[in-house]
Amino acid sequence: MIRAFLLALALGITTPAMAVQVDEILADPIMEERARDLSKNLRCLVCRNENIDESNAELARDLRLLVRERLVAGDTNAEVINFIVARYGEYVLLTPRATGSTLILWIAGPAMLLAALGVAGLYIRRRRPVAGPATLSDDEKNRINQLMDN
Amino acid sequence: MFIELGHFTLILALLVAVVQTVMPLVGAHKGWRGWMAVAEPAAMMQFFLLGFSFAALTYAFVTSDFSVRLVTANSHTAKPMLYKITGVWGNHEGSMLLWCVILAFFGALAAWFGTNLPDRLRARVLGVQASVGVAFLTFLIFTSNPFLRLEFPPLNGQDLNPLLQDPGLAFHPPFLYIGYVGLSMSFSFAVAALIEGRVDAAWGRWVRPWTLLAWLNLTIGIALGSWWAYYELGWGGFWFWDPVENASFMPWLIAAALLHSAIVVEKREALKSWTILLAILAFGFSLIGAFIVRSGVLTSVHAFANDPERGVYLLLITAIFMGGALTLYAARAGQLQAKGVFSLVSRESALVANNVLLAVATFVVFLGTIWPLVAELLWDRKLSVGPPFFDAAFTPFMMALAVILPVGSMLPWKRAKIANTMRPLWIVLVLTFAVAAMVWVVQTERSLIAPIGAGLGTWLVFGAAVDLWQRTGRGSTRYRLGRVLRLPRADMGRVTAHAGLGITFIGIAAMTAWQIEDIRVATPGESFRVGAYDVTLVDVQQVEGPNYISTMAEMQIDRNGRDVATLFPEKRIYPVANMPTTEAAIDNGVFRDLYLVIGDPQGNGGWSVRTFVKPFANWIWAGAIIMSLGGLLSLTDRRFRVAAGARKTPKATGGVPAE
Repeated sequence: MIRAFLLALALGITTPAMAVQVDEILADPIMEERARDLSKNLRCLVCRNENIDESNAELARDLRLLVRERLVAGDTNAEVINFIVARYGEYVLLTPRATGSTLILWIAGPAMLLAALGVAGLYIRRRRPVAGPATLSDDEKNRINQLMDN
Repeated sequence: MFIELGHFTLILALLVAVVQTVMPLVGAHKGWRGWMAVAEPAAMMQFFLLGFSFAALTYAFVTSDFSVRLVTANSHTAKPMLYKITGVWGNHEGSMLLWCVILAFFGALAAWFGTNLPDRLRARVLGVQASVGVAFLTFLIFTSNPFLRLEFPPLNGQDLNPLLQDPGLAFHPPFLYIGYVGLSMSFSFAVAALIEGRVDAAWGRWVRPWTLLAWLNLTIGIALGSWWAYYELGWGGFWFWDPVENASFMPWLIAAALLHSAIVVEKREALKSWTILLAILAFGFSLIGAFIVRSGVLTSVHAFANDPERGVYLLLITAIFMGGALTLYAARAGQLQAKGVFSLVSRESALVANNVLLAVATFVVFLGTIWPLVAELLWDRKLSVGPPFFDAAFTPFMMALAVILPVGSMLPWKRAKIANTMRPLWIVLVLTFAVAAMVWVVQTERSLIAPIGAGLGTWLVFGAAVDLWQRTGRGSTRYRLGRVLRLPRADMGRVTAHAGLGITFIGIAAMTAWQIEDIRVATPGESFRVGAYDVTLVDVQQVEGPNYISTMAEMQIDRNGRDVATLFPEKRIYPVANMPTTEAAIDNGVFRDLYLVIGDPQGNGGWSVRTFVKPFANWIWAGAIIMSLGGLLSLTDRRFRVAAGARKTPKATGGVPAE
């Protein structure tokens, strides 16, 4: 057992650091909360599609520390994000900014919904009965209710 | 020897598939009955050949035959037997073979149960189905052959990825593939109908069970994957909007839309060409999914075969089948005449709204998934589209869907009055707002997620209950209670699935809004408080498993001095694959999960420990399972069985045999 464990060590298997580390957490809970929120929107650059809050990579840890450093220095959330984007590029943001061509991405959903509703509306209009039969008169309704109740 | 036989039957299956594509399609076109009749035995034969081939590969894994390259790369003698077997599909080649087996299985099922179909339509369906088989078998044999041998077999293998050595993930792919591949059946029916140029109520009835079968398995597959991610990845997330997850979610959404629009075709002979389009697109998204997962063109945590050659081939398959089917659609869709008329307020319109929302939601997911690629190609902008985008852009559609669902599912066909339908629902609406208000008051967070989610969940679950009750007609309560169990299975299925959706809503909202997280260093013997629970780190030990070494903590959880659970979170190292995994320990409960993770040793003899309290976590997957159960109930509806039974008495004199 111990031999196997030593073997594992010898093979150089290092267990990954687990997401946010205890030593990273800021003393001020409100500021820590802000740091966590910001981290969830920043991509770990060496991972596959993970945010830095959940990532185990060293680089993610560095970024988490950087975020906290900026917060402690008194930056607003937007300033922290700008600071990191200026260094690592737009790729680091998990929420793409609604600027330039990315505006298309943000608008596409609502635009498509309007278009689809328009098409569906036209279709339903066309499928409307031409001269719809009159609705049942009250007498007829009563008669049906009587029949149903019996 | 056995391996070579498996290899041989695989190649033979391809030849059979070619015959099954050409002869029935030509036969149906020329009206040659003999050629059309080839489809049925060929479909059976193809399935048996591939089944044998799959058995041979399984045999190689079970006996650890390391002369087979695939076994060497993905297995190890020390691996438990269960994972030797599931290791067959825990890799690209094997999973592709499983894909082909299921494809042939559906073909064989259609041949077996499809005897009530008109000969010509059946021949065309089986022919189209076989053409999909030809494409994938060629792909398998020429780019990903699982039966290749090694000249110098090693003494032992390289082990299966430890993350995959898990019961949740072991059975995740088969369900998912039955879902993906099941949609090929709907596709075959759609293309066959386009070739015939005719879609009627009967077609709607034939295509629905296949779509249901695919959809319910897809639901289970996605739920298993999500559950696995929850307990295995170590921080208890359940959905990451990863490209590969989206790849399975898009066909699910479209299949859900297709399920609903096929009802309109069946009952009212409207929405025909739209339903055909959905059937084509549903399988199209399956193909795109296969491309995304296996080409590595989009970075993802899952991608397991990043081979450009394979990617190109899969893109080619997607292009040929989608291009072909959509061209055919453009040429023929105009001939499909809708019959049923309905007014703006009607069940038909509600189902159109369902389809609009599901289709646009799928479009949003699709666009978000491929946007990084588009942005880089067109504007040279390297950017990411992550969970925050999808949460913001996708969720509103699902909320709108939940709002209209209980009303829509109770509206009468053709023409309806909202006021009449709403009458039994007012009480549910009041309950909905009461629950939302109560949640808002009780919770300490000022987030709207929980009240809205809980409200919508209540609306869906109790709306479904009212739906069920209304179906029992008029009469005494006693009489109506008796009728509940004798309602058609389709009604039971609908109500069950809709309630399941509500339960999933509640789970997602509660877990998103109320999760408690605690990260700290604890020394053995130390106690700390998380939420209402007292957690004690009792001890940490090194333990040896069959093919791994584990650091196992013993943790005691109490609440108000009463013992709740003793949990053993682990960190494992799999030496052969040189890979660590986290095994969170979870105490499952109806209203909360306690989720413990042990981290690294710290300098002072302490360990980093994470504790989560996850409210209503299991509701997410319970809801999904209930949804698929609803699908199963609907699948066993009498009208499908009666249709299947017609084969035995083809010239029955009008009457339907009593059950």
